[in-house]
Amino acid sequence: TDGRNQTVMFDTLEDWRYELERTKGNVKYKAVTTNEGYRVSEKLPLYFVVPICISEESILKYEGRGIPIWCWSCHNGAALLKMSAFPKEQDDSTSQMQKAFLDGIYKTISKPPYELLKTEDLSSSLPSLQDIQTAYTRFKQLFLIDNSTDFWATDVKWFSLLESTNWLEIIRRVLKKAIEVAECLERQHTNVLLIEESATDLCCVISSLVQVMMDSYSRTKSGFQSLIQKEWVIGGHGFLDRCNHLHKSDKDEAPVFLLLLNCVWQLVQQYPPAFEFTETYLTVLSDSLYVPIFSTFFFNSQHQKDINTSGESLKIQSGPFRFLTVWDWSVQFDPKAQAFLNNPLYAEKPKPDKSQRKTARFKHQRQLSLPLTQTKSSTKRGFFREETDYLIKNILGKTIGKFINSSDESPNSFREFYDSWHSKPVDYHGLLLPRIDGPEIKVWAQRYLRWIPEAQLPGGGTIATTAKILELMEEVQSLQVKMDEEHNQGTFGDVHSVPMLRNSARLSSLFPFALLQRQSVKPALPTSTWKDLEDEEDLVKRDDEFVDLGGEML
Amino acid sequence: QSLNDGTNWEQNEEIPRLPGETRVTDKDVIYMCPFNGPVKGRVYITNYRLYLRSVENDPVVVLNVPLGVISRIEKMGGASSRGENSYGLDITCKDMRNLRFALKQEGHSRRDIFEVLTKYAFPQSHNLLFFAFANEEKFSENGWMVYNPMSEYRRQGLPNDRWRVTFINEHYSLCDTYPSLLVVPYNATDEDLKKVAAFRSRNRIPVLSWIHPETQAVIMRCSQPLVGMSGKRNKDDERYLDIIREANGQISKLTIYDARPNVNAVANKATGGGYEGEDAYPNAELFFLDIHNIHVMRESLKKLKDIVYPNVEESHWLSSLESTHWLEHIKLVLTGAIQVADKVSSGRSSVVVHCSDGWDRTAQLTSLAMLMLDSYYRTVEGFEVLVQKEWISFGHKFASRIGHGDKNHADADRSPIFLQFIDCVWQMSKQFPTAFEFNEQFLITILDHLYSCRFGTFLYNSELLREKEKVAEKTLSLWSLINSEKSKYTNPFYTKELNRVLYPVASMRHLELWVNYYIRWNPRIRQQQPNPVEQRYMELLALRDDYVRRLEELQITNNSKVSNSSSSSASPSQMMSQVQTHF
Repeated sequence: TDGRNQTVMFDTLEDWRYELERTKGNVKYKAVTTNEGYRVSEKLPLYFVVPICISEESILKYEGRGIPIWCWSCHNGAALLKMSAFPKEQDDSTSQMQKAFLDGIYKTISKPPYELLKTEDLSSSLPSLQDIQTAYTRFKQLFLIDNSTDFWATDVKWFSLLESTNWLEIIRRVLKKAIEVAECLERQHTNVLLIEESATDLCCVISSLVQVMMDSYSRTKSGFQSLIQKEWVIGGHGFLDRCNHLHKSDKDEAPVFLLLLNCVWQLVQQYPPAFEFTETYLTVLSDSLYVPIFSTFFFNSQHQKDINTSGESLKIQSGPFRFLTVWDWSVQFDPKAQAFLNNPLYAEKPKPDKSQRKTARFKHQRQLSLPLTQTKSSTKRGFFREETDYLIKNILGKTIGKFINSSDESPNSFREFYDSWHSKPVDYHGLLLPRIDGPEIKVWAQRYLRWIPEAQLPGGGTIATTAKILELMEEVQSLQVKMDEEHNQGTFGDVHSVPMLRNSARLSSLFPFALLQRQSVKPALPTSTWKDLEDEEDLVKRDDEFVDLGGEML
Repeated sequence: QSLNDGTNWEQNEEIPRLPGETRVTDKDVIYMCPFNGPVKGRVYITNYRLYLRSVENDPVVVLNVPLGVISRIEKMGGASSRGENSYGLDITCKDMRNLRFALKQEGHSRRDIFEVLTKYAFPQSHNLLFFAFANEEKFSENGWMVYNPMSEYRRQGLPNDRWRVTFINEHYSLCDTYPSLLVVPYNATDEDLKKVAAFRSRNRIPVLSWIHPETQAVIMRCSQPLVGMSGKRNKDDERYLDIIREANGQISKLTIYDARPNVNAVANKATGGGYEGEDAYPNAELFFLDIHNIHVMRESLKKLKDIVYPNVEESHWLSSLESTHWLEHIKLVLTGAIQVADKVSSGRSSVVVHCSDGWDRTAQLTSLAMLMLDSYYRTVEGFEVLVQKEWISFGHKFASRIGHGDKNHADADRSPIFLQFIDCVWQMSKQFPTAFEFNEQFLITILDHLYSCRFGTFLYNSELLREKEKVAEKTLSLWSLINSEKSKYTNPFYTKELNRVLYPVASMRHLELWVNYYIRWNPRIRQQQPNPVEQRYMELLALRDDYVRRLEELQITNNSKVSNSSSSSASPSQMMSQVQTHF
């Protein structure tokens, strides 16, 4: 089916209103048209959502900086917000004014009906974009292998090489941060305000991840695509600069969107039935980032896209310059190939109709059974901060201090939340927390090993089981058709069956990205193996048994 | 967290009890759970297990530990120790966990429990029998019937005109660590075999493990030749290896895989051992496979335990894992086995595999190579045969390597060689999820009962000793438990593929730590059980069978009655919604 029809693009006011309604955020938040004609800022989208109490003047005052912008509302009413911070200001009077402005904003949104607010300055609590870029560059290097000798030479120290890139550690930290935010929203019923200089990089990563973890709609294909539209494409992530599409300058390059996909992949492989899409979907999505026929990931902002696709391009002789959206997967893949994007294990959300009411009741079981350390009934209204919160410390200063509640949060609160969730059975339609212990964070093998023939498993890999499931589903569906025929005692002309793989037993683990490359049946043999055990020299030299064979035989 | 050990519990008991299991003592203790903190409970000791049930926790915390897994029991703290819960027992287990119990200091309360535990956990050190000899469980299948050496050789097409079965070792007089039935070249007489035995460590002469059905190339296993410092030669051994080479009409050289690193093979000369030199064996090619000895493997597993129990190393997980070398050893073992299998399969050449004694690394290599070459061994029954044949009957010293019922926890003979083999099998099943009839639970169950001493399967070092102790008559086989409940151990994705050689990729890019085994006691790491992918597939299978049944019913109804009687079965659309929402 055509994904375009279901994906919400967030380029109209209606889309935002629909999203507010869907998440029941419309009581406290409103979609605004203040930026029509890009009056506020060229970096902001035409339409976005802010707390109802925020005035048009405040939005206009600093080009949208210092304004909490709504991302999503949790089922309990707590909202995830993001804010573009003021840059460090040398001029004292300017920073005083900004301070006063923020003071006013916080005062406004800390009054009822808003929940407690926690601010989260991502630039101080997560790795910098530079760190991310450096780590990924090193990581990527590990998979650029020239020949077999290279492959086996690096295999010897593979784990330490991997660790030295720091990429997996960054994924772990990002996932951990997302769990912390989820805990605030879910358990503490606290609004979370993500703060970053531009609010278009790590804000996008964290807000998207939180939604994938907390909103099962974001785990459907159209829901995930809508999320990418909302937080990234319309949200103003600078794809052009971050992907360095034009190779103009390296200084802004950073794989922020890939970081998100890598994090989502961890969730997909940890909880296969929870996602409507497959890892193959994530892989082709990551590839599409660099396919220049799509406008989706090409621009820095909605404004930049607008001027490039409407205004000036009209002058081009060939007529209106039309870009395609990446969400129309039929542009890239025939229906048969598209079948690989859909997860056959996905268990659709049960509809709460009569026959399935029982299932529906269990839907929020996990959420209700969580220990609540700080409940909605708390009499305190206001917000509190993290010690690391640079912004409040340095810009807001003392004036805001009186609004800040001392944190009730114990250092174990995260661990408790995490452990308590993991001690219960998983509800694939409820809250989903990634496991983040060392052994759980893995390399996205499909994406990174797919062009390496030595790493190929002919007839193996996860595709082997997927193929079996698809085959069986096809069989079940054809049986259904036969049943229909028997019921109606007639024959239907058109048999609809999902395009499937035939003769799947020998698909390689690299499928569908590479066909069997090693033609021979020869196994891949390490050409360089490790022998060094310096620290165990004495053990190495010992014999298995302490028996003198020479004596025995003489 | 409890060990899942079958359904043979007697009902209406406050604690699970196997037929033949007797209560010995019980006591109030505090279980110092490394994950949830102190747990007040009552511990029950039987002649088979230590069972703890918490008294206050909800849900109830249960520990169910066969005494056989205990490696060491230590007293912690003294009568005068201060501090809460500082007095009690510290128990080290062979299955990657430690247990700590705190007791009341008054009246030496731990003395009796310490003595009881020590006695029943280490029966061999107290002149007691293993629990396996007291076990009175009943199973529908008899696991002792699984392996019959003659039928297994027949399955391989043996004997034939090149290979014969010899009964020379019927009374274990040729070699006391070999099975009674051996397959040797047709052209070698029993007299020849005796002469060869004199030149092989512990008389473990080269004998056939597996024959390729088409090329007739064989895998032979043996121990090292007794070359010694002076470089002794033995004409009979040299001729015997040549007979092996010629047996499949092979013109090229015979390949000998020495599992050890080169330096160790050389060093073995000092104690009378060594390897086949070029001068003495001009028709053979020798390769060293660089697999380390039992001591290195033991240290490696110890290091692995340090980083996963009780807490998983937080920072620098990957480099910590690397520093244990555990997966590198796995990689080397797999690499060696791949080479053996490839030589036999595409090289069409016979191979001889040995290490020092031919019962540790050799068993790993031959059994893994056979698993790669012969799809029969990838079935439940076939794998049982493989373990029974290459490991149990050929004298892998299970008693010494595991230390069954023995209190000498620091014994240098102990080593996780068999665990390493099972890990290699798991790595293969992970890489080829449809190639094995058995599932992960099967492998974990084997490892659990490797230590439990509930079955006779892994007891004692050799077939000779097992016969002496009448193991098959007096104890039950682990395969009885497994084969009586086969569906529990079956991989639903299994696709039968005959004649397919299965080469895993022995690269660190694919090798993983077996989290579900090594870190299974940690509730933070625990994987979802049952596996959701497997579960989903099973549901689909059930649905398909249901459809097939309904369809048959419908066809019968439609054929017999032409009238449009309303069918009782659900409409197809209702069935479909089940496909999509049944989770």
